[in-house]
Amino acid sequence: MSGVILFGLVACALVGVGLYGFIVNPQPLRKILAFNVVGSGVFLLCGVVARRGAAIGLGGDPVPQALLITGIVVAFSATALAVTVLLRLYEETESTTLAADTPPSTADAKRT
Amino acid sequence: MTTPGGLLLPLAVLIPFVGVMLGLALGGRNAQRAAMLTIVAGFGIAAVIGLTFVSAGQPITYVLGGWSPPLGIELRADALAVAMLAMVAVVIAGIGIYARADFATPEGAREARAPMLYWLLLLAVWGSLNLVFVSGDLFTLYVALELLTFAGVPLVCLDGKGETLRAALRYLVYALAGSVLYLLGAVLLYGECGTLDLALVAQRLRPGPVGWVALALMTAGLLAKTALFPLHLWLPPAHAGAPPAASAVLSALVVKGSFFIVVRLWFDVAPALPGLPAAQLLAGLGAAAILFGSVIALRQERLKLLIAYSTLAQIGYLFLMFPLAFDGNSGAFIHGDALTGGTLQAMAHATAKAAMFMTAGLLYKAYGHDRIADLGGAARSVPLSVLAFAVAGVALMGVLPSGAYLAKKLLLQAAQASAQWWWDWVLQVGGFLTTSYVVLVLAQAFRKPASGAAPPKAVPRLQAAAALVLALCSFALALAAIVGPVSDNLLGNPFAPKELAATLVTFAGGAVLAWGFGRRHADAAGGSLRRAMLAFASTLQRVDAVLRRWPVAGISLLALALLFGVAMRANASS
Repeated sequence: MSGVILFGLVACALVGVGLYGFIVNPQPLRKILAFNVVGSGVFLLCGVVARRGAAIGLGGDPVPQALLITGIVVAFSATALAVTVLLRLYEETESTTLAADTPPSTADAKRT
Repeated sequence: MTTPGGLLLPLAVLIPFVGVMLGLALGGRNAQRAAMLTIVAGFGIAAVIGLTFVSAGQPITYVLGGWSPPLGIELRADALAVAMLAMVAVVIAGIGIYARADFATPEGAREARAPMLYWLLLLAVWGSLNLVFVSGDLFTLYVALELLTFAGVPLVCLDGKGETLRAALRYLVYALAGSVLYLLGAVLLYGECGTLDLALVAQRLRPGPVGWVALALMTAGLLAKTALFPLHLWLPPAHAGAPPAASAVLSALVVKGSFFIVVRLWFDVAPALPGLPAAQLLAGLGAAAILFGSVIALRQERLKLLIAYSTLAQIGYLFLMFPLAFDGNSGAFIHGDALTGGTLQAMAHATAKAAMFMTAGLLYKAYGHDRIADLGGAARSVPLSVLAFAVAGVALMGVLPSGAYLAKKLLLQAAQASAQWWWDWVLQVGGFLTTSYVVLVLAQAFRKPASGAAPPKAVPRLQAAAALVLALCSFALALAAIVGPVSDNLLGNPFAPKELAATLVTFAGGAVLAWGFGRRHADAAGGSLRRAMLAFASTLQRVDAVLRRWPVAGISLLALALLFGVAMRANASS
């Protein structure tokens, strides 16, 4: 098995595992982690694409690597933002569930 | 190649972000001043871009750093992008004027958290949207999309209450799932075509498994961000819970960003790839969105939730154009009347929906609540606000010569031309449903106030005027469209018997639906027809509640990606 195929399969597995985790885990923190697992799969795929582009004789296609780095920065910012909101949510409500499906202002309506 | 005036495109993106930086550095009251200056400058740039485009008659392009694609990045503004740039500039200006009263830094304080953040985020949304419109490659689109989400999410939880934080987190987490699917598709397309440039991908992409998978994943991911039914679990709490000036931005503008990218992909990047079955699926979801969104809107107790569900329905409307824009001879999606209609609908919705959320905010300010049943007498005590709501509602219904009216005409024409009579029906019934919730709210506003109710407070005139002007923009839009791309024989005399009859039928249909589905104090009373309609409505509500559960919404997202892929595959083999 060539490296390209192996890494491609690992990328698929990561995306699959991440999506599964995203769907079945009710905890937001786990959903955020699952997003990162899917992201890792996509970045690995990016690397595979770069290697395939190397078939024309270069050592590797640099464009996907540039994408990968930018992608990691974006995913990092997204994770940071999500974790910050999650922490604030915990401070405010002492719970982290996303499931409660009450419209946001029933709380205001009760207060007034 | 950079065309004359090309430098305007990076400016349109950069100026709002410069405003963000300035506001952040200066802080406090100066953040608002910086925002106001930026809005004036950005508005001017959008106007100049529009004029340059009209006088040149061809797309404006700018090659960043002189590096042309495939290695470099090109910014490009075609007719679609220029129209959206102009629309966003107008709506942002309107919202900016409105928000000055709500988000002024309080007297005596040096800096307040919510106002400061609001102004910075407003500019950030603007800059990201402009980047979405002008970017010419798949990865820049991804970055713009993420920026838009990052700017939109904090707008949801500006007041920092628990429920809005939860709504923001729901939005963010679901949007991240959508964007990672988009990125996966973009990487696959790069692997296939060896370029990210939209025009080059369009040349090199051949129908095949990679193209189908990539486009299906990207479409599903973008739909999650647009909140097309059934991927809307995050929208109602997020849009209804934010402060009105923020809801207006989220509902009118932010969802249009991802919608625009779907249009780009299907019409410009891979017009021959998806085929008619996938488009029927897309529009089918749109039809379901109209039905669910409108009927559930009628069942809401609070005005802001009603408007949020109306957004859900209107998003569905935007996707009806896809099968109508399909050209059977070339087997591709073409720029034509249907696309013009869909774009007009998006623009009309942006102005009208912003105005609606603004008036909801004004009514809340006047009454201290936004329970629809207790808005009696509003037409007398806050007439300007109710007028703005009515005008925005009429603009959405598409009964008088307005943007939505032309959009409906164009789509009906395309439905007849392509012999897809069922979309004709969906458009007509959609018109009734839109009318119904507007009628429901107005009927309450014109009732006598309940005895003993506290008299409403006065609301600032300027705010009501800003809402009214935005609502009226939809009518100006019709004029602009007639001068521009639409032939003027579509715009009949609104008082001609046939037009008048159509208007009356729409209002009558809307009134019947509002009577049947609308929420009232005495819900139990009524004949068998009303009971049947209520039973239907509560079934829809139960289905909606199931669809908005996390596991179901997650599976729907993947299932839709799969269905789109299968539909594209089926189209290729038939």
